[in-house]
Amino acid sequence: MTGDTRENEALLTLDGLTKAYPGVIANNKVSFSILPGEVHALLGENGAGKSTLVKMIYGLVKPDEGRMILNNAPFSPTNPAAARSSGVAMVFQHFSLFDALSVAENIALGMDNPPHARALSARIREVSNAYGLPLDPERVVGDLSAGERQRVEIIRCLLQDPKLLIMDEPTSVLTPQEVDILFETLRKLTAEGTAILYISHKLEEIRSLCEHATVLRLGHVVDTCDPREKSARELAEMMVGDTLHVPSREAATPGPVVLAMNDVSMKSPSAFGTNLHNISVEVRAGEVLGIGGVAGNGQDELLAVLSGEGRAQSGTITLAGDDIGALYPNARRARGLLTAPEERLGHSAAPDMSLTENALLTGAVRKQLVDRGFLRWGKTEAFAKTIIAEFDVRTPGPDNAAGSLSGGNLQKFVIGREVLQDPEVLVVNQPTWGVDASAAAAIRQSLLDLAHHGAAVIVISQDLDELMEIADRFTALNEGRLADPVSTQGLDVETIGLMMGGGEQETAA
Amino acid sequence: MDLSQINPLLLLASLMVAATPILLAAIGEAVVEKAGVLNLGVEGMMITGAVVGFAIGVNTGSPAVGFVAAAVAGAALSMLFGVLVLYLMSNQVATGLGLTLFGLGLSSLIGKPYEGMKAPSMAKWDIPLLSDIPVLGPILFRHDPMVYVSLIIVTATWYVLTRTRAGLILRGVGENHDAAHALGYKVVRVRLMAIAFGGACAGLGGAYVSLVRVPQWVEGMTAGAGWIALAIVVFASWRPWRVLLGAYLFGGITVLQLNLQAAGAAIPVEILAMSPYVVTILVLVVISLRGQHGAPGSLGRIFHATH
Repeated sequence: MTGDTRENEALLTLDGLTKAYPGVIANNKVSFSILPGEVHALLGENGAGKSTLVKMIYGLVKPDEGRMILNNAPFSPTNPAAARSSGVAMVFQHFSLFDALSVAENIALGMDNPPHARALSARIREVSNAYGLPLDPERVVGDLSAGERQRVEIIRCLLQDPKLLIMDEPTSVLTPQEVDILFETLRKLTAEGTAILYISHKLEEIRSLCEHATVLRLGHVVDTCDPREKSARELAEMMVGDTLHVPSREAATPGPVVLAMNDVSMKSPSAFGTNLHNISVEVRAGEVLGIGGVAGNGQDELLAVLSGEGRAQSGTITLAGDDIGALYPNARRARGLLTAPEERLGHSAAPDMSLTENALLTGAVRKQLVDRGFLRWGKTEAFAKTIIAEFDVRTPGPDNAAGSLSGGNLQKFVIGREVLQDPEVLVVNQPTWGVDASAAAAIRQSLLDLAHHGAAVIVISQDLDELMEIADRFTALNEGRLADPVSTQGLDVETIGLMMGGGEQETAA
Repeated sequence: MDLSQINPLLLLASLMVAATPILLAAIGEAVVEKAGVLNLGVEGMMITGAVVGFAIGVNTGSPAVGFVAAAVAGAALSMLFGVLVLYLMSNQVATGLGLTLFGLGLSSLIGKPYEGMKAPSMAKWDIPLLSDIPVLGPILFRHDPMVYVSLIIVTATWYVLTRTRAGLILRGVGENHDAAHALGYKVVRVRLMAIAFGGACAGLGGAYVSLVRVPQWVEGMTAGAGWIALAIVVFASWRPWRVLLGAYLFGGITVLQLNLQAAGAAIPVEILAMSPYVVTILVLVVISLRGQHGAPGSLGRIFHATH
């Protein structure tokens, strides 16, 4: 189909949209069209300008130049309410939900003229059942699972009969089964003529769902294609504009058991957290253990009990045969157990401190950066510079604040900081969350190299493709319980889904 | 000690009067915190309301005009806080403490000429028929109008917060300001209005002390009532009816200890005088031990609108 015919039938046409922020042009003359009933993918690395673009369509950001045409009429929403009344709805990447409010209240807040409470509840039940996404309007959102929370967002959009639904990374927190349900709903919607603008890093999903793709790079439209006719690798290379380096791993025979957890239970320190129940697992030298599972099933707690932030009963965790269950983080670091938690800003790194200072925070013990209570700044800065050089962290220098780095660069720094301390065991949580394809590949490669040199690596991640790519064995957390690890060789999606949903026992029986 | 001197009817009746200043300040602060803003300047706004209400009341001879002026003064002072916190992104805790210190100083400056004067008296409202009910009549229906105004404010606050769209938006803003912004709600405007309401209520509470309870102007006369109001908001888990309960509980203990002192109880006066505060601390500890108690999700966090 040529550009002109697309434009003639288009539901929404973007024409030369430009938006500049100080120092960066987020979108530069972006033009494309979305047809009614089409699933249109928007592809691009982090910082390619996808978020800015959809925010302009949703009225959160005003374009500097260019125009939009919706249903053959000029469209320039000044706020989200105006966009919603024109038939544009959006499901956000980080759910825009209110934990303490009920499902019905959350949905009412996303509508411009909600009906009366009782009528709204009835509508929610009706619509949610019609689309196969059952929801109880009276429940408090804070108690819902990630999948259910997303349903709330989607139902909130559907109640307004949108003509265009924008979805930003909708599947990042869902189990494979939940993804199937979502896709079925989306197909039902497109059959009714709703267009969907779909943003995702998961290229396989885009290939199975989308009919048309627009690729953004550094704010420009660089390509369009039919993703069904391309391989995931081709799509990734269109985004990066370069050949993609796929992490390679060499087969190795695992060594002796380095880290063993034996019946570890821990009460979660946070009110909304998940308690760990009877976790037993062994990790061998030279092996990568992948731990999957939907967010909020004990990932943070598992990392805490391993890092020493939370402590287990003595005797339940051993490192190279020594009991470390009751040790504090620095004592564990000294013995070679290093960790990199999920949250980059505030947990892995202190945002307002420089990279040198951040290098000191976890490197002090193993890199001997402290001498009789005094900091050795020269040595620390050298260490920070080594991390920056070896992990290709793009920053003017080690004096820059951690918070000034982009997510991908900071993640490379945080992982590099641990890898370069030669750990015996490295535990990472969501190592490539929100990181673009090339940086993610670099991080994965570094984890594989680390294992190749004899360390045991535990990767906790919600990205199944990532785990399949680098892990030797796979297990999953479900409500604080860990399934028995299985080899990733020949593992099928159904088994993974059952492990993530805690249904593995039934299949074994 | 002669406990028979304590008349339970009078005790209950004076409880409502004793609790009204804290009730007013606490219900206002509850709304402010529901919108996600922690204003520790309640004491400063109360004392400013007390002195402005007293001064205007004395000059006009009308307590009602005094109360209106006190509400305006409290709201005006709270706007200073609002601009600093919402537009200049200053730290809410530090700014609130500063507001309290500022209010205490400002009030003694304004109040100097009024020391020793007497406030115009406010007529009690004996509600016809109802006030003649035995037992309940004297307790509930023979008060000054402000007692009823405070109850109306609590009822209205409960209704608006739980039953109206405006209240839902306010709770949404306090629960998750980023989400509210993404949905297109004006976070700063909603918060500014909530802060103004909180300031007006604190001003009314302060004026009730200087115009009705005491009734004269004494420097620093609110004597920590603003802090108790802040504690009661937590005690109440940010719910209007529980704010009422907490304020009356505190008022009750205050009145009871005064009565015990008058009856010559064999307990040192100091211990009796501190008892309302000790009870407040104990209740807060018990509530904290229960763990999660429903604080608004964005409480005290600075809101930066993203592009």
